[in-house]
Amino acid sequence: MPPVTEQAAVAIQTTLGKPTLPSISFFLIIVVITMLITYWASKRTRSAKEFYAAGRGISAFQNGLALAGDYMSAASFLGIAGMVALKGYDGMIYAVGWLVGWPALMFLIAEPLRNLGKFTFADVVAYRLKQTPVRIASAIGGILTVLFYTIAQMVGSGSLIKLMFGLPYEVAEILVGVIMLAYVLFGGMLATTWVQIIKAVLLLSGVSVLMLIVLSKFNFDPGALYTAVAGQYGQAALEPGGLISNPIDAVSLGLALMFGLLGLPHILQRFFTVPNAKAARVSVLYASGFIGYFYIIIPIVGFGASALIGRDIITQIDKGGNMAAPLLAEFLGGTPFLGFIAAVAFATILAVVAGLTLAAASAISHDIYAHVIKRGKATEKEEVLASRIATLIFGVVAVLLGILFKGQNVAFMVGLAFAIACSANFPALTLSIFWKRFTTAGAVCSILTGAFLAVGLIIISPTVWEDVLKNPKGSALFALKNPAIVSMTASFIVGWLVSLMTKEKAAEQMFEDEKLRTYLGVGAE
Amino acid sequence: MAKKTVQNVLDSNQFKSLVAKRAKVSTLLMILLFLLYYGFVLLIGFNKPFMAQKIGESVTLGIPMAVAVIILAWLLTLAYVVWANAIYDPEVEKLRGQLFD
Repeated sequence: MPPVTEQAAVAIQTTLGKPTLPSISFFLIIVVITMLITYWASKRTRSAKEFYAAGRGISAFQNGLALAGDYMSAASFLGIAGMVALKGYDGMIYAVGWLVGWPALMFLIAEPLRNLGKFTFADVVAYRLKQTPVRIASAIGGILTVLFYTIAQMVGSGSLIKLMFGLPYEVAEILVGVIMLAYVLFGGMLATTWVQIIKAVLLLSGVSVLMLIVLSKFNFDPGALYTAVAGQYGQAALEPGGLISNPIDAVSLGLALMFGLLGLPHILQRFFTVPNAKAARVSVLYASGFIGYFYIIIPIVGFGASALIGRDIITQIDKGGNMAAPLLAEFLGGTPFLGFIAAVAFATILAVVAGLTLAAASAISHDIYAHVIKRGKATEKEEVLASRIATLIFGVVAVLLGILFKGQNVAFMVGLAFAIACSANFPALTLSIFWKRFTTAGAVCSILTGAFLAVGLIIISPTVWEDVLKNPKGSALFALKNPAIVSMTASFIVGWLVSLMTKEKAAEQMFEDEKLRTYLGVGAE
Repeated sequence: MAKKTVQNVLDSNQFKSLVAKRAKVSTLLMILLFLLYYGFVLLIGFNKPFMAQKIGESVTLGIPMAVAVIILAWLLTLAYVVWANAIYDPEVEKLRGQLFD
C-alpha cells in the first residue's frame, strides 16, 4: 500500500471539475440514446393511459429496474459512498435504512394499489370517498412530497454537475430542466420508464465495476480492505459512531425511510404501468433485489475510497465527501472511467427529476384538473393537454427553485419529503384500502395533520432550527431530527378518531365491492 | 354451475378465508421485518460494544450484520412472492372463475 502522501500526489492532479473528452462523449451518448427512445415513445404517447402509465405494458422485470432507477438517486450513490468514506460504519447503517421500505411496500400495498388505482395514488385514497376534498388533500400531500424531494435533487445536481464537469450552477440547472422536460413532455411515462431502466443498468454496472476493481486491489479479500481502513483511521472507522446516539431518533428516521417509500408518489405511480397485481408483486422483488445489491456494494466503494484516496483528499475536493466515488474511479481507471462515472451520475439526476416531474404533473392534471375542476368530466384530449402543461410548469418551477436555493443547506429536504410521505400519504392510503369505517373527513384530516406536523416539527427540530437557521445548539423546541414517529402516529390517530365521529354510509357500502377489486383484481384497470 | 353473484362470492367462506390468509401472512412478514430492522437499529443504539467486537483481523460484527439485514429483508420479499404465486393466485383464479364462468 503506498503511503498517504504518494496517494495525494496522484489524486490531486484530478481532471474532476474540467470537462474531458471521455466525460462529454459518454454524456452525449446517453443523451442521444435517451432522446431516440423519447422520439420512439412519443408516437406511443397519445392517450391518458399512455402518458401516465405507459399503456400498462411494462413487464415486471422492466418495472423492477425502473423502480430501482427512480429510487437510487445521485444523492444515495455519491452521498452514501462519501458518508462511508468519511464516517466509516455509520454510513453503512444509514445505507441499510434505504432498503427496508421495499419489503413493507410489498406486504402492505403493492397489489391492492395496482388493483384499485388508475394513474395516481390519490385514485386509491379517493376510491370510495368523496372525490373533491380527498383529491385536493391527496394532491397537497403528494405535491409537497415531490416538491421538497425535487428541490433537494435540483440543488444537489447543480453542485454535483459543477464539481464534475465544471459547468456553472445555473447552466447545469437549466440543462437538467430542458433534457428531462423533453423526456416527460414528449415521451410521457414510456420514455421516463426507459430512461430509468437505462440509468439503473448504467449505475448498477458502473458501481459493480468500481467495487470489483477496489476488491482486486486487496486480492478479493474484503478483510484486507477493512484492515487497510482500520490501519489508516483506527478501528473506530469500522464501529458504530455518532449516527445512532439517540435510539428514539434512529427509530424515527427508520420509520420515515421505511413508510415514506409507501407514500412517494413517483414510486407509487410506477405500479400502474404493469398489466396486473402479479406483475406489480414480482416487480417489487426485482426492485428490492437491485436496490439491496446496490446498498451492499456502495459501502465497499466508500471504504475503498478512504483506503486508496484518503479522507484528506476527498474532503479537499468536497467537504461533504460527495466526490469520493468519482475520485476513486479516476484513481483506479483514469480519466475515461471518471468520465463514465460522471456521465452515469448525470443520467441518474436526469432520470430521478424526470420521474418526480411526471408524478407532480399527474397530481395536478389528473387529480386537480380532471377530477376537481372538471368534476371527472374532462375529455381524454383535455386531460393529456393539461398534463403536458402541468409538466412544463412544474419543470420551470423546479429549475427556478433550484436556482433560488443555490448554496443553501437543503440536505434536510430529502428527510422532510420522506417525513411528509409517511405522515400525510401513507396513513390515508392504507386506511382507505383496509379500514371499512374510514371516511372522507377522516382522510382529509389525517392527510393535513400529517403534512403540517411533518413540516412544522422539522422546522423546530435541530436539523433546521439549529443547522439551517443557525440558532444556538440546544435551542430547538422539538428534540428529534426526524419527526416521523410523532407525525405519522398523529396522522393515524386523527384519521381514526375523525372517522369514528363521522359516519359515511356510502363509503362503507362500497368497501365490500371494493374488496373484490382489492383482492381479486375484478374490475381493475 | 350457475354464475355466482358478487354478493355470493363476498359472503363465501372461501373469499373470507383468502382475505384473512393474506392479512395473516403480511402481518407475520411485517413483524419479522420490524424485528429485523429495528432490532438492528436498537442493538446499535443500546449495545455499541456488541456490534464493535472484532470477528476477524479488524472486521467488526456490525459489518456482516448490516449486510445480513439487507439480504434477510430481501428474502422476506421472496418468501411473500413464493407464497402468493403458489397459494394466493390459484385461489384468486378459482374465485374469479366462479364470477365469470
